[in-house]
Amino acid sequence: MAESATRRRRGLGTVANVSLVGLVLLIALIVMGPYLYTVSPTLVAGRERLKPPSMAHPLGTDQFGREVLARVIAGGQQSLRVATLTMALTVAAGSLLGLVAGSVRALDEILMRISDAFLALPAVILAIALMAVREPSEANVVLALVVVYTPRVARLVRGKALLIREMPYVEAANALGARRSRVIGWHILPNATPELIVQATFIFGYAILDEATLSFLGVGPPPPAPSWGNMLSEARYLVRDAFWISFFPGLLIGIAVLSANILGDGIRDRYDPRRGE
Amino acid sequence: MTGFLASRALSLAFVLWLVTMIAFVVIRLAPGDPSAIMLGSDATPKAVAEFRAKYGLDRPIAVQYIAWLGRVVRGDLGTSIYLGRPVTTAILERLPVSLTLTLAAFVIAVMLGVTLGLVAAYWHDTWVDRAVSVVAALGLSMPSFWLGICLIYLFAVRWALLPSGGFVEPWVDPPASLRHLLLPAFALGYLQSGLIARMTRTSMLEALRGDFVRTARSKGVAELRVVVKHAFRNALIPVLTVTGIALAVLFGGAVVIETVFTLPGVGRLLVNAVVRRDYAVVQGTLLLVALWYVLVNIAVDILYTVSDPRVRLRAS
Repeated sequence: MAESATRRRRGLGTVANVSLVGLVLLIALIVMGPYLYTVSPTLVAGRERLKPPSMAHPLGTDQFGREVLARVIAGGQQSLRVATLTMALTVAAGSLLGLVAGSVRALDEILMRISDAFLALPAVILAIALMAVREPSEANVVLALVVVYTPRVARLVRGKALLIREMPYVEAANALGARRSRVIGWHILPNATPELIVQATFIFGYAILDEATLSFLGVGPPPPAPSWGNMLSEARYLVRDAFWISFFPGLLIGIAVLSANILGDGIRDRYDPRRGE
Repeated sequence: MTGFLASRALSLAFVLWLVTMIAFVVIRLAPGDPSAIMLGSDATPKAVAEFRAKYGLDRPIAVQYIAWLGRVVRGDLGTSIYLGRPVTTAILERLPVSLTLTLAAFVIAVMLGVTLGLVAAYWHDTWVDRAVSVVAALGLSMPSFWLGICLIYLFAVRWALLPSGGFVEPWVDPPASLRHLLLPAFALGYLQSGLIARMTRTSMLEALRGDFVRTARSKGVAELRVVVKHAFRNALIPVLTVTGIALAVLFGGAVVIETVFTLPGVGRLLVNAVVRRDYAVVQGTLLLVALWYVLVNIAVDILYTVSDPRVRLRAS
């Protein structure tokens, strides 16, 4: 088996392990958050407007007296939902299109040219344009991000499929008379899995960042439901008086995306010993 | 060499043509007929029919696309319903702001990225190298708009050193323009400097191991000259590639930064158009961004052939 070669390095390395723990902790805190800190994220308290962080208000309050901590948790839940769904759907759609392009020569050229065109447009710009024609809802944000990322994943899977197709074990399977669907499902897809996991990790990070960008620009899921992006969008006019309202959501976006990126790098280094210098 | 450039230009033109299809199709995904959007929901059936006839909406979709493409090629991107003016004019008016921001950010990204990459490669596996990789990783993960807000807080609010937004044309008042550009250009450029630093480091590590570097050193060539003239010249091609990508991506990133620093550029035009459902403007901006991408790529191809004789030879 190829196992012994790919598993030469055990574990992910310290930095990647730390970021994995960090990401898991962040997700756990956001998921458990509403049970640990039960203040409503949309509760308006006029007397408690723009209070800086203190014991009573752990991360301070915003211009309506709403608790920043409660809003950061609720916003985080939305970010996690969007990122997880986007990741799952993109990997599914990207693998499917990539495998089709990598095994059906007639479709390969067409699919790759179309993906060239998608890659000529920065992800955020295309997602913004898609949001222009759809209702600004969470589902449509996921849809826009999936459309934008899928060509990138498809390209990668297609490249891998073309490599694996020439491997002796695929040749052997073909010689044994295996059906094409069996070769794809049993030989090509499992061997492309490490790359897919790496990509999935990166997409999770990008999705958090791009969802926040869309919300920040006002074309994401509409308020009053908090998201990290729309919190920043409202708070940027208050930088002078209440910097903490913008500081915390941005910090969490940064931590989430940084952990996802480092984790992705760590997994890639482990499966591709040449890159881990 | 001209053959290589011609074939690249041809395939990029093809990409641009495909993008026109995407831009055309995206707008057609909008719920309802363009006539309903343009005229409003209370338009009379007669007005709708006249509108449809005037803009050819009663013809087959392929015919509509070809007619639209014909206008686009001649530089006519339609009329903005909100601004009541040609989209091309609206875009051209704001283009200098976005281009100035993009180029300023590009200068910062390249200077910072290449310097960090060179330093990290030269002192690789030391604390310098690790510090650079942290700086690079932060750049790749931080939301640019958050970095912008933090910079505004520190430099404009706390220390009152620089303005928090606005745009001054560089050809009107260069010093004031520079002061206004510094924060947005850094917020935008820092992100891409991480990618450039990583690529510079990897590529330089390889070049520094080359025999020609040992030869140069043994001949007694000054160390700085070895690094810059001998090693970096040979490490240049992959760096050029990411630099080109950076320049293409920065133009898109400008959209967000223009919102943070209230710069009247194309990005603000796009965001406002999305909120107002001003589809012609959205379509025009998509085409502009793709055109920018294609032009940058052609420029990078030309630089390849200039900077590396091997590309020149292989192509001819």
